[in-house]
Amino acid sequence: MSTVIIDGNEAAASASFRLNELCSIYPITPSSTMAELADEWASRGQANVYGLIPTVIEMQSEGGAAGALHGALQGGALSTTFTASQGLLLMIPNMYKIAGELTSTVFNVAARSLAAQGLSIYGDHQDVMAVRQTGFALLNSSSVQEAHDMAAVSQLATLRSRVPFLHFFDGFRTSHEENSCELLTDDQLRELVPEDLVRAHRERALSPEHPYIRGTAQNPDTYFQGRESANPYYNAVPGIVTESMDAFAAITGRQYHLVDYYGDPEADRVLVIMGSGAQTVRSTVAYLNAQGEKVGVVQLRLYRPFPVAEILAAIPASARVVAVMDRTKEPGAGGEPLFLDVAAALGEAYAAGRLQHLPTIVGGRYGLSSKEFTPAMVAGIYAELAKDSPRPRFTIGINDDVTQLSLDYDPSVDLEDPATLRAVFYGLGSDGTVGANKNSVKIIGAIENTYAQGYYVYDSKKSGSRTVSHLRFGPNPIEAPYLVSKAGFIGVHHWSILERVDVLEFARPGTILLINTPYEPDDTFAHLPEPMQAKIIELGIELWAIDANLVARKAGMGRRTNTVLQTCFFAISEVLPKSEAIAEVKRTIRKTYARKGADVVAKNEAAVDATVENLFRIAVPAAPVSEVGMIPPVPATAPEFVRDVTASMLLGTGDQLPVSALPVDGTYPSGTTKYEKRNISDIVAEWDPDACIQCGNCAFVCPHAVLRAKYYTESALDGAPDGFQSAPLNAAGFPGSRYTLQVYAEDCTGCGLCVEACPVKPLGSGGERKAINLAPLPEPRTKTKENVAFFETIPVNRRSRIDFANVRGTQFLEPLFEFSGACSGCGETPYLKLLTQLFGGRATVANATGCSSIYGGNLPTTPWSSNKYGRGPAWSNSLFEDNAEFGLGLRLAADLHTATARRRLEELRPELGDRLVDAILDAPQQYESELSQQRARVDALKALLDGMDTPRVADLRSVADHLLRRSVWIVGGDGWAYDIGSAGVDHVLASGRNVNVLVLDTEVYSNTGGQASKSTPLGAVAKFAAAGKPTAKKDMALQATAYGNVYVARVAMGADPEQTLKAFREAEAYEGPSLILAYSHCIAHGIDMRKGLDQQYAAVASGHWPLMRYNPVLRSAGKNPFLLDSARPRIPLRDYHMKELRFRMLMNSDPESAERMLELGQDAVNRRWAEYEEMATRGADRFAEVAGG
Amino acid sequence: MDTTTQYLGLSLRHPLVASAGPLTQSVEAVRALADTGVGAIVLHSMFAERLRREAERDQELTDVGADSFPEASGYFPSVADAVEPGTAYLSLLERSAAAVDVPLIASLNAAGVGNWVSYARRLADAGASAIECNVYFVPGDVTLSGADVEARQLEIVAAVTEAVSLPVAVKLSPFLSSPGNFALRVVDAGASGLVLFNRFLQPSMDVERLAVVPGVTLSSPAEAQVPRTWIATLRNHTSASLAATSGVAEASDVAAYLLAGADVVMTTSSLVRNGAGYARTLIDGLSDWAAAKGFASVDDFRGLLAVPSGADDNALARSGYLAALEKAQQTYGSLRA
Repeated sequence: MSTVIIDGNEAAASASFRLNELCSIYPITPSSTMAELADEWASRGQANVYGLIPTVIEMQSEGGAAGALHGALQGGALSTTFTASQGLLLMIPNMYKIAGELTSTVFNVAARSLAAQGLSIYGDHQDVMAVRQTGFALLNSSSVQEAHDMAAVSQLATLRSRVPFLHFFDGFRTSHEENSCELLTDDQLRELVPEDLVRAHRERALSPEHPYIRGTAQNPDTYFQGRESANPYYNAVPGIVTESMDAFAAITGRQYHLVDYYGDPEADRVLVIMGSGAQTVRSTVAYLNAQGEKVGVVQLRLYRPFPVAEILAAIPASARVVAVMDRTKEPGAGGEPLFLDVAAALGEAYAAGRLQHLPTIVGGRYGLSSKEFTPAMVAGIYAELAKDSPRPRFTIGINDDVTQLSLDYDPSVDLEDPATLRAVFYGLGSDGTVGANKNSVKIIGAIENTYAQGYYVYDSKKSGSRTVSHLRFGPNPIEAPYLVSKAGFIGVHHWSILERVDVLEFARPGTILLINTPYEPDDTFAHLPEPMQAKIIELGIELWAIDANLVARKAGMGRRTNTVLQTCFFAISEVLPKSEAIAEVKRTIRKTYARKGADVVAKNEAAVDATVENLFRIAVPAAPVSEVGMIPPVPATAPEFVRDVTASMLLGTGDQLPVSALPVDGTYPSGTTKYEKRNISDIVAEWDPDACIQCGNCAFVCPHAVLRAKYYTESALDGAPDGFQSAPLNAAGFPGSRYTLQVYAEDCTGCGLCVEACPVKPLGSGGERKAINLAPLPEPRTKTKENVAFFETIPVNRRSRIDFANVRGTQFLEPLFEFSGACSGCGETPYLKLLTQLFGGRATVANATGCSSIYGGNLPTTPWSSNKYGRGPAWSNSLFEDNAEFGLGLRLAADLHTATARRRLEELRPELGDRLVDAILDAPQQYESELSQQRARVDALKALLDGMDTPRVADLRSVADHLLRRSVWIVGGDGWAYDIGSAGVDHVLASGRNVNVLVLDTEVYSNTGGQASKSTPLGAVAKFAAAGKPTAKKDMALQATAYGNVYVARVAMGADPEQTLKAFREAEAYEGPSLILAYSHCIAHGIDMRKGLDQQYAAVASGHWPLMRYNPVLRSAGKNPFLLDSARPRIPLRDYHMKELRFRMLMNSDPESAERMLELGQDAVNRRWAEYEEMATRGADRFAEVAGG
Repeated sequence: MDTTTQYLGLSLRHPLVASAGPLTQSVEAVRALADTGVGAIVLHSMFAERLRREAERDQELTDVGADSFPEASGYFPSVADAVEPGTAYLSLLERSAAAVDVPLIASLNAAGVGNWVSYARRLADAGASAIECNVYFVPGDVTLSGADVEARQLEIVAAVTEAVSLPVAVKLSPFLSSPGNFALRVVDAGASGLVLFNRFLQPSMDVERLAVVPGVTLSSPAEAQVPRTWIATLRNHTSASLAATSGVAEASDVAAYLLAGADVVMTTSSLVRNGAGYARTLIDGLSDWAAAKGFASVDDFRGLLAVPSGADDNALARSGYLAALEKAQQTYGSLRA
């Protein structure tokens, strides 16, 4: 056995992979890592303990994964899967089948919340509780070690009992916690799960050699009995699991039971709990009993079949009150599931006389969506139970000021092991802080008799996200599945963080505080915000500072400060003796960088030495010296909800928001990103008014909508602040007009796409400068704010006066999707922004789960906004798999309402007058001018209706807005459109209804970390395709054209923005289904994101992404509807591929296969081009006519 | 005609060697070159520094999105982490070596000693018959003396020849105070052969765009003069193999190099210009020329016009480089077939 530092996902996957023959997988947070590891291990040729390299198959959805798994099980293969949340729900139908057929398998589940009033990727037991009725046995783990151990135990138990098992552990808290774990060797696993069990499983498989039928349809005469026939198998499960745990103990020395009791044998108060929370309760029980209390906890490992006898035996007879803790919520139920199970067990036993005394039984909810569950909360629960009449139902960890269910507790209770060093680090995404901390945990955890734990908290932004690392190190095993409090060390790796959040939240007296400062050491303290200075003084904090950016830069490490800051931690935290610690850091450097060359090693080692020389202890004065406060998260002018609720989430104090603060149905105000000036980049776009030709290309491609253009009369400049930029408008027909391209510098991420898109190279600039450039964030920021504020006073240009037909015109359209938290330089968001510019005021958007639903809808702030009339895109996310159907539903509802409105309008013709009624009913609504006229008519209608009062009028009034043509958009990524939602997309396109499907095609599951989809090109390396995707990308465009009545376009803004614009407008105008496939460069392609547009160009130029449109309207006019918009491929596919890491990776790891795939890829490109060319030159009569066209 | 040739201790079927950088990128391309009848193939250069830079860049691209978002610890599988830089080149070498029956010479381009040895070993393991070292070092440091530059190159040659048992040829620069002397010191340091000369692809200036642009041109016959002169000069001063490169456009250029004393003649530009099959034209042309002149084997005329041993020592000492050059050029001028 070897002790390693790994997370719960790896712990479970390690055992499960080695005990199975097939992994049928699909990505879903937080379980994806298990599947990714399985794929990587298999692609490296790692065998299971029986000598076979398991097959890993990615399916199109969890439903598909379960189906394939069911088949494989019926075929006799040892098969497993890894999933969570909605993914598990999609497996339910198969779970009934698998259980009904008594088939051995283990599902490993990183338990996660379910999407209800909102989606949450975090941990609780809602998903596993939703499958407790399927017939699967449910076994849970409470720690990283147990995740490994129980994965093995369940495998043995399922093969022995024939009952399928679901092994679960807490999502994120266990799945993502790094901790010490002793891994079983292959020999131990083989000994635990001997091959005769494998063969027995195989013998139950379907085979034509001894055929029988399984999966019959049954009638009232026998179904019921059949359902009861398996009872003995379920009755045997608890015994078999116990035996399996004993067998496991015999091999490993680690003994588990179905139910364990910890605490005073004479306890008067007992908690029942499962999952990681059990660890927290156990340590609290030890603490409370040491204080003289009499409490205990029953930790439940096997939840289904429910081990009634063991539960009854475990609860001491002395218990006066039993509180059953559920990490789930069942609205409307008499109690949560575990509570009901325990209550039934106790009540039944008491009624039957098997129990002398019936304790009071209460039920509590805790920890939904990874809500912290701390010893302080546990102590609060026991305090409640000590009351004469404890609350029968309660929650803990929140403030429920609505139904008053929450318990109060004293948050200062601290049970941390004093021998453990606790450290908290604040970093920004991809600054290397988390990576360095993971490395530190591994370094220290590898030292004998030293234990380490790492847990990492991220915010939900994909650019400039804040990371908080919670680390523990010590001489005793670390069983603390909750965030660090009262840290001995706090590292603040970016100055901007301490200006905004209270980084001393986790401080205690004497905490060592390390700050990465841009100031001289002696000036550092003076620059801290006043509240922080006061706290440093109050707590006697030991302050250290280093200019890590300077040290890193001087050491030739560029902007990578992780080695420097990691060294600081080792140098001053005393986690190890200093010299030993520095030696360890250098040893790791040598190990990590050895193959990159001696000079790279030397560079890093020099950085370590320079760090020690440039790290200073800062003297702290007796009183604060600053008058500067913290930077408020939102301006005082923000709406009330944003100030009261959103701001709290931004500050990281959302846990303290009471229930009453939150909307009851998940409905939130939109357009809140504008209040959060994130200032995440120190370089931002800078406009050169003299050089600019006002073409609008920069604004068109800006992913973050930070470039806004307006034209206006000279007089609008009255009162402009000094330095407000303006230039004469260069369009014909507007003499005397001025033009401004305003940079919203505080929202700019410095991605540089604008610079790349700018066609201007001013003379004398040496070819380096453009008319828009990146420059340091202008100081003072108040100046930027002033300019933006003034710019916003200039009226937005009237839509009816703007020529939408070209890119230049669109820059004057107001974007209603702004400042999202998407990756800097995102390739998707420019398309969404364009959608809102063109149609936002009358658009409804159905958004599939994925990147676009996260940067589009993840709290605290959301980017979908509205115009000055309060109109803007109405946005919703249903699920991942059903988005097309969901969007169709929105269309159907709109059509119903439009029909009602038209009918009521006719009925009210006498009252409203023919002129208005006819004008509204007959109005063309294609062009913007027509739409604005119709909007005026509808407004006039509503004004008339306001003066009338009949049921018909009220009815018309409620649907009158639908007289304006509504634009329904169905948006999502390729994971949705090509895979999980493929059937839905197909069906919706086939429906003939007027919906617009926009696929933001990154050719990979971007949001969950880059897993292959059916859109992933041949030869690209992705997760789940670690050896390069062996099959070609699906041609969805061609598939959709087969319908004949679907408008189809393949666009790439970076290659031809005008074609993109044309496609969006045509798709929307088309009175039927439309599909736009939009090439979206992505961080998962492994490119310099600034060159994203170049890659779009290369994708088109190489023929990988031929631009085309299929317009059924043309067919109706007797023309060829297939338009090939890009030129014949003019660069080899290799030239496009070699610029992207996803393709280069295979060139490096398996050049032969890469060459072969490239050859096949080139061949496919050539063939497809020939096919497209042929289609584009056909006569119209060779395309199907459009019905009704 | 008997065209067998010894080069770096290898027995070649013909003195024409394809060193066609852009035409050795795939196994099929290498096979096509071999099929023309050339004696050996020098693969395109493996640029050690560039490989390291690329590995660093790829690592950065892998790290960009790593550990910053709760749903994705990174965006790429970690399989490639274990891949050492240069794997693609080594794989091509390995597969090509298995596919063709002419010797493959791996070309390694590096500046620092540290990177040389490990790469040279890996090239040997992958099936190279010999290694051509291209110490491509363009010092931008004006404080660095010529002696320092030479010392550094000799150090690399010594380290590489020490590390591998394969024969090592060194591609020299003509831009030295005394190329001939340095060439002999390179042989003393352990080189089995010399390749004369490296063509420095120097950047040029785009006066329209006011920008520095990479300068990549194919060689012209005029460029053969300097290497041919030095081969003629060195031929009788060393028993190390001498390879000529640059300026081969026609069979007569091959013949001229051989007459000067080259063991092999390499060509890149003519093949890039005319396609791999052009090697066949050169080979046939050489045979026709030899037949016309009555030579029965390459050895009959190899070095026929080399500077005779000892003959020019005084001339070189007296009149120096220019005189020797003029004399050689006069001699060769009358010998063009």
